[in-house]
Amino acid sequence: MMSPEVRAARAAMFAKRNVVNKIATALAMGAMAFGLFWLFWILWETIRQGIGGLTLATLTQMTPGPNEDGGLANAIYGSVLMVLLATFVGTPIGVMAGIYLAEFEPKGWLANVTRFVNDILLSAPSIVIGLFVYAVVVHPLHSFSAMAGVMALALIVIPVVIRTTENMLQLVPPGLREAAYALGAPKWKVILSITLKAARTGVITGILLAVARISGETAPLLFTALSNQFWTSSLGQPMASLPVTIFKFAMSPYENWQKLAWAGVFLITLAVLGLNIAARVLTRSKT
Amino acid sequence: MSSTLAHRDAPAGRTEQKKARAMTTSPSPKRARSGPVADRLFGFFAKGAAIFTLGLLLAILTSLTISAWPAIEKYGLGFLSSTAWDPVQEEFGGLVMIYGTLATSVIALLIAVPVSFGIALFLTELSPAWLKRPLGTAIELLAAIPSIVYGMWGLLIFGPVLSEYVQQPLQAALTGVPYLGAFVSGPPVGIGILSAGIILAIMIIPFISAVMRDVFEVTPPMLKESAYGLGATTWEVVYKIVLPFTKTGVIGGIMLGLGRAIGETMAVTFVIGNFNQLDSLSLFQAANSITSALANEFAEAGEGLHQAALMYLGLVLFFITFVILSLSKLLLAQLRKGEGAKS
Repeated sequence: MMSPEVRAARAAMFAKRNVVNKIATALAMGAMAFGLFWLFWILWETIRQGIGGLTLATLTQMTPGPNEDGGLANAIYGSVLMVLLATFVGTPIGVMAGIYLAEFEPKGWLANVTRFVNDILLSAPSIVIGLFVYAVVVHPLHSFSAMAGVMALALIVIPVVIRTTENMLQLVPPGLREAAYALGAPKWKVILSITLKAARTGVITGILLAVARISGETAPLLFTALSNQFWTSSLGQPMASLPVTIFKFAMSPYENWQKLAWAGVFLITLAVLGLNIAARVLTRSKT
Repeated sequence: MSSTLAHRDAPAGRTEQKKARAMTTSPSPKRARSGPVADRLFGFFAKGAAIFTLGLLLAILTSLTISAWPAIEKYGLGFLSSTAWDPVQEEFGGLVMIYGTLATSVIALLIAVPVSFGIALFLTELSPAWLKRPLGTAIELLAAIPSIVYGMWGLLIFGPVLSEYVQQPLQAALTGVPYLGAFVSGPPVGIGILSAGIILAIMIIPFISAVMRDVFEVTPPMLKESAYGLGATTWEVVYKIVLPFTKTGVIGGIMLGLGRAIGETMAVTFVIGNFNQLDSLSLFQAANSITSALANEFAEAGEGLHQAALMYLGLVLFFITFVILSLSKLLLAQLRKGEGAKS
């Protein structure tokens, strides 16, 4: 049937294909290990260096000068305050726009253009948002302020919330809406108490992800909220935040500042990864 | 309740029922306009929020252009090809930063694309089912780590390691070699274009690999099974069946990663060295990127030309990412459209 030469050639080709396949799969596994390697290295160093710098004083005392004792209390407070306010400002706008995209005219031109623009804003450099808020708020008012920082962060919240709200509303079975309409419910009621309620966990997940995202954002705060060495609750003044303080301290040559920066990095990573994992657990328990 | 209100409500309720019956998946657009006051108000707010988002993009473009106008007026497009950056003499040009941004992003892509491809291949074809979820989540968590953490880790931990175990041996081996030697000159201190590129690569791997994994999964199982049935190896299935089928999506994912790399600020600012000169092609050389120039100089820049020049850089950055992200979105949309036709 087959001459020995052909058989030999086939065997050789088969062997070669097998070798190529083995190399490719080995490289794929290597790539996976490569990705995990960085994750563990970064987390390990964050924990190792962060725990070392973390004391009770870190949470209770104000940011110190060079080579003085102190903590990060005002920065933590500033971060929490600005992130909360930004979430409260950004979430309603994001949810409403998400409702428009999913429930009103999902295929209209406005919805299509908004969806496109939203995806761009979602990945747009956050430092540009900082520049924008500087140009429209800080510059005209001639002062850096926590309010401007809140605005910048809120503008980052909006696209994240829009995207998840729309996606989650689309998953609600149309039958639910139809049943509500058939009972004579007006549209706003159908959306608020039927569809939005059915998609609640998903929408909350989106908000959690948005909070996680802005908790670690530094760039939009650099020239809006700036920083502040002291405790302040006034939204009209510059306010310290954890990321900006870390930036300032980490780039400095002072050892106590670097130590505090590591403690801050540890706290931020803990908060952000915690929020991310919480968001994942929420969506998983739903499905 | 006045009688007029009740009167007005009655027909509205009836049409609503009729429409609900006719409705299939989405309510007709007319509904928002014909409903009672509360409905119209609700629709107004929802539409307003959507228009707000649209307006945001225009507002960003307009305000950046207005703020950058003094610099645009003075330098025009020559700004993009000038390497001058002297706040004291008020001479500005953006080439150093644009070069830094592009060079670090290209290095990031060179590393991240093959690695992401490997990760997506592993997750879709090789991984045992029970490992898929935890491993996928772990890679996604890389995207969740705040960039300031990457920056600090890069500056204080990764930089020294890179310097000692990669840069110094490379320099020892390549100095004097024509062409290649130029890339490794300069002080091997672990700060500069190469370290920024590597850290950017780690940061964009989760984005690119997530898109690749998702588009690999839309390949119709029938196609893959036919290939396996003919005796193709895993690699042949991925390289000759899955990859051609998902080409546009893969490129879209790479573009998304590129957009992210170009706009990344804090991680780059920590490790690039913030050095406003372009006098060698060395990858070890400290440099500057658009984002790190903004992060470092903007708050201290005096009003006037310096600030306008930085705004101009911000506008250029926004424009570049806008184009890249639009392309990415169009490519991904094209794949989704083709899905129905091909399968």
